Amino acid sequence: MKSRVVKIGLLFLLPFQVCANTIIVAPHTNVATLKQALTLAKNGDSIIVKKGTYASINTVIDKELTILGENHPILDAHFTEEVITITASHVKLDGFIIKNSKTGSMRDFAGIRLSNVEYVTISNNILVDNFFGIYLSNCLHIQLLHNLITGSANIENSGNGIHLWKCKEVLIKENYVTRHRDGIYFEFAKKCLIEDNLSEKNIRYGLHFMFSDDDTYRHNTFKNNGSGVSVMYTRRIAMLDNTFIENWGSSIYGVLLKEITDARIEGNHFIRNTTGIYMENSDRITVTHNDFISNGWAMRVLASCNKDHFTQNNYKGNSFDVTTNGTLKEIYFSNNYWDKYDGYDLNKDGVGDIPYRPISLYAQIIEQNPQSVMLMRSFIVNLIDKVERAIPSITPESVKDDKPAMKPWKK
Amino acid sequence: MLKIAKYIILDIVRSKVLLAYTLLLLAISLTIFMSDADVTKGLVSITTVILIIVPLVSIVYATTYYFNAAEFTEMLVSQPISRRNILMGKFIGISSSILLAFIIGVCLPVSLFAFSATGITLMISGCLLTLSFISLAFFTSTITRDKAKGIGLALMLWFYFSIIFDGLVLLFLYTFADYPLEKAMIALTALNPIDLARILILLQMDISALMGYTGALYQQFFGSGIGIAFSLVMQLVWIVVPLFFALRIFKKKDL
Repeated sequence: MKSRVVKIGLLFLLPFQVCANTIIVAPHTNVATLKQALTLAKNGDSIIVKKGTYASINTVIDKELTILGENHPILDAHFTEEVITITASHVKLDGFIIKNSKTGSMRDFAGIRLSNVEYVTISNNILVDNFFGIYLSNCLHIQLLHNLITGSANIENSGNGIHLWKCKEVLIKENYVTRHRDGIYFEFAKKCLIEDNLSEKNIRYGLHFMFSDDDTYRHNTFKNNGSGVSVMYTRRIAMLDNTFIENWGSSIYGVLLKEITDARIEGNHFIRNTTGIYMENSDRITVTHNDFISNGWAMRVLASCNKDHFTQNNYKGNSFDVTTNGTLKEIYFSNNYWDKYDGYDLNKDGVGDIPYRPISLYAQIIEQNPQSVMLMRSFIVNLIDKVERAIPSITPESVKDDKPAMKPWKK
Repeated sequence: MLKIAKYIILDIVRSKVLLAYTLLLLAISLTIFMSDADVTKGLVSITTVILIIVPLVSIVYATTYYFNAAEFTEMLVSQPISRRNILMGKFIGISSSILLAFIIGVCLPVSLFAFSATGITLMISGCLLTLSFISLAFFTSTITRDKAKGIGLALMLWFYFSIIFDGLVLLFLYTFADYPLEKAMIALTALNPIDLARILILLQMDISALMGYTGALYQQFFGSGIGIAFSLVMQLVWIVVPLFFALRIFKKKDL
């Protein structure tokens, strides 16, 4: 009786065992292309693709499969179509070199396109010369891990490296994006985690997002991108421990914030950018524990910002610490370290006894009269700045750090 | 002419003032380079320092030396040497020794620590700045006969070029803020050797990115071959013209 139960049990297991086939794709065999393997496969199967070069003119993955590349086989679309489109959920695509998607102005051709799917993992792929790299539309619970994405650096024929449209809970981790239009682009992507990525030398923005609430960005590096990083119209984001470096040139920003509310910007490094943070219409933002080093303008806070808090940041070697275009209201600075602070600390509690005014007189002059930038670093400018610091009369009274730190903050 | 220059060089090199100047420049450059790992920042600091010190020392030292050597000049004038040769000899002598101090004090450390386009611009502009202020010193010294007056005039000139001029520029900018001033500003900078040097160096340092539209325009002008040629020529003009006037005055001057 017991053995019969076991046998019946085994019978139930049987279909699953039969289904979980592994199909091997290799050149010059019966299954010589991924497309053939896909027609043979059933849900739950694995496909292993051996090393080689395969033409892949818009291969559509419409079954729940695990597709693994061995020693990075090449899937090449020869600039005729997309390379891979995934329309099934629970797919894993790992270890391919994906090349040469078509470019065009009517459609967004992509190296890997995911549309309307859930629980898909794209990992360890190398994407070369695609119009868009990885394109997600209307997806949920996706993981993009450790992909190397290189575009063509051609202004007319470049899409975004990683493009998300209307997605939720996507994990983007340890990817490298370069030479695309925008490195990582988000539109209506909510509750995503972007971690440990490097985005550099993209034509426009290293990171660009709009209407993408509740996202978290951690430990990413955005380096030397055409226009830096731009984030707009978004609520409740957290940018933690990122590095924004060498985004240099006129109207290039380390981070441009436009209509951002309730954001946390913590532990980031802004190094050698023309403008570290540029803020416009941004409310209730807390900026803490960041390093602003050797930027042209560490921060440019426009008068349209409200209720923002800047605490425990380090400002070192910036040409201008803070500038603005009008009267700042309810912008609070406290406990920051300013290398230009020349006050004193009589009771030795580590807090300067006189307030620091981060907006220098010369910064105000440039604001009113951009031509006067030509007097930069001249003796008279140093002189009037010093005089104004000693006896403040023109610089805004409201913008000041009442408790400037005497020593830089360490983490 | 060269013989006079040689005597003057030997005389100046032996004096302690020039040695002190050399050591001062050397100390400043080395301290800045040693204390900061970032070479570009070091160059920025050195620029700020040399734009103040180099003109000051050049003009004051040259004027003082000129007046101190008045008897020597009188003696030379009594010899069958043309006045042109006397003055040029003096100029070559004084300028080459101060230039030597600048080369040892600034050019040497810069080429050791920061040999780049910016560094080269800094060195060339510094040398030209030295020469133009010595030339100005000759002008002030020949104008007046009184030593105190001459040094006072030299100091006034330094004060004018390094502070007052920029203040006037600022005033000018505010007064005519409603007009397009880009071209006027380029013309204005040409009127001050210190500004010329400063802008040339700053543009090399890629600070132009900070400057927005105005900066872009300046970069376009001063960054181009014509612009560089223009500013170099203007700096040369600042060397040649005061010297020319000094020569004219000296030729007719009743010593």
